[in-house]
Amino acid sequence: MKYRHIKKWILLAAIILSGIVSRFSGGINSYYLQIIIFIGINITLAVGLNLINGYTGQFSLGHAGFMAIGAYVAAYLSTEHSAGLFRALGGPNFFSITLLFISVLIAGGLAAAAAGLIVGVPSLRLKGDYLAIVTLGFGEIIRVVIQNTDAVGGPRGYSGIANYTTLFWTYSVAAITIYVVVSLIDSTYGRGFLTVRDDEVASEAVGISTTRYKVTAFVLGAFFAGVAGGLYAHSTTYINPSGFDFQRSIEIVVMVILGGMGSTAGVAFAAILLTLLLEYLRFVSGYQWLPEIIRRIAANRVIIYSLVLIALMLLRPQGLFGRLPRRGIPIGGATKRAKLPAHSA
Amino acid sequence: MTSTEFFQQLINGLSLGAFYALIALGYTMVYGVLRFINFAHGDVFMIGAFCGYYLSPRLLPHFTGGLTPLGPVAVLILTMLICALLGVTIEKLAYRPLRQRPKLTVLITAIGVSLFLEYGGQFVFGADPKSFPELMPDRAIAGTGALTITTTQLAAFIVTICLLVALTFIVKRTRLGMAMRALSNNPTAAALMGVNIDVVISFTFALGSALAGAGGILYALSYPSIDPLMGLLPGIKAFVAAVLGGIGNIPGAAVGGIILGVVETFVGGSAFSTYRDAIAFSLLIVILLFRPAGIFGRAHSEKV
Repeated sequence: MKYRHIKKWILLAAIILSGIVSRFSGGINSYYLQIIIFIGINITLAVGLNLINGYTGQFSLGHAGFMAIGAYVAAYLSTEHSAGLFRALGGPNFFSITLLFISVLIAGGLAAAAAGLIVGVPSLRLKGDYLAIVTLGFGEIIRVVIQNTDAVGGPRGYSGIANYTTLFWTYSVAAITIYVVVSLIDSTYGRGFLTVRDDEVASEAVGISTTRYKVTAFVLGAFFAGVAGGLYAHSTTYINPSGFDFQRSIEIVVMVILGGMGSTAGVAFAAILLTLLLEYLRFVSGYQWLPEIIRRIAANRVIIYSLVLIALMLLRPQGLFGRLPRRGIPIGGATKRAKLPAHSA
Repeated sequence: MTSTEFFQQLINGLSLGAFYALIALGYTMVYGVLRFINFAHGDVFMIGAFCGYYLSPRLLPHFTGGLTPLGPVAVLILTMLICALLGVTIEKLAYRPLRQRPKLTVLITAIGVSLFLEYGGQFVFGADPKSFPELMPDRAIAGTGALTITTTQLAAFIVTICLLVALTFIVKRTRLGMAMRALSNNPTAAALMGVNIDVVISFTFALGSALAGAGGILYALSYPSIDPLMGLLPGIKAFVAAVLGGIGNIPGAAVGGIILGVVETFVGGSAFSTYRDAIAFSLLIVILLFRPAGIFGRAHSEKV
């Protein structure tokens, strides 16, 4: 059996498994269930962002913005426009809800993908830090626009969303995301993403359209973020614009960097690890026997992100599972040279 | 809009622009020598405001009688020194070990430092907003007709102009300034000519951070509610100002700051006031699309 067929079977097995687990998830404590669902959503977000940041080498800091678009579009459609569908299919039964949920998730994903296209196009002219700031700016613009849209509650948030998200949906989406990203990167077409990351000028020289690859990465990454947003909205049943701020984007970026940019397995692992760690810290901050200073640091998750980021960059810039690029970081003896700024070369 | 309203908004915009200009200068200078965006710069601005908050009650009582006007000046100078020290420390601990690494590594570290200062600040100072002490009487200056110019606005203008003149002098007329310009032009050649790269980079961080610290105090005088996350938005907007003027270009940063301040104030006074915070980003995207080198910047092509 060929390798790519194995991947398809694994995908199918993962979806069936999540369906079976989901069928018997009634007995799971609802708090644990929520965390397990958040893990699945974070895997989708991080693997999608990894396509942009890791494989294509662009640096996006606005992933929460795409997630916000998906969450709001999906929530708005399923809350305000479900009546007609339910009437046509004889009320909210299993079939009509499934159909509705799939369509609103896809609609949310497509809306986010459209936003990804809008962000991707200017990104063609920008590199590295400029792109980071522009995507950050886009994320903030999306948030400000949502805050000013009264139809979805503006700054008060949007509540009353139906709770449709189950383990099955979350992990099927996560499995599909991983499948799509891995298959894409393994394909002949997908090698183009890696060449764009490694050397843009050389890619252009051998006839690879860097423009098309970058925009494709943004559109696909944004689509998955939008679907993840839809799952999130239908899991918490209440969303509000400040839940999709810069901090949320950073959270996803930390997962990608911790796992290792350009390693799907590593990034998925980091998403699981970080989500669990941050939940665990909630308990740590409540342990009375710990010194107060440790409890307060545990309660402030962003201090931990920042220390993780700085320590990783100093000690292991490739992340837990990433591989070092062949060039860029001199191995051995490099410290003896004068430390010139990077642009001297 | 009547002409009085127009000029009033212009004055308010100019004073907001002065803060952006002070922060933008730090971004632009660091970019000039190291070619990277010091994400943590906006947070040095925040630390400046908190230095003012903690120093004022301890310093001001020592200046009584005829010396009273010198009190705020002492607070300003001490704050600038502390921020300069902070900037140098950040560079030494976080950025220097990464100098030869890919740019993305440095950028991620800078984001990490920024988050650390923000949330470490929340940890140390507390997350709740604090009200900044009144360093000097804040009242409208008489004799300006229908327009209102407050003493704090005037002080912000005067301090900004003095700092700009001092900075221009340092960059254009001193040996260290010359070394900075040399480094910005071509680091390898500068190093070969005997410029001590490490000293010049530290000095650049010290200068930029001192200006951000001064900006923090002046900002807090006009908007006296300070909190550990206050640096984020002004920081990013000042970066936009630096790009607007042409990043790496010192007069450009000042002009970019003023333009951004004025545009933002006019939008804030119009029907679109709730979109105020989105203006800077929209402006950034437009500039980067149509004139990526900024108003005063020179476009240069990439060498292969």
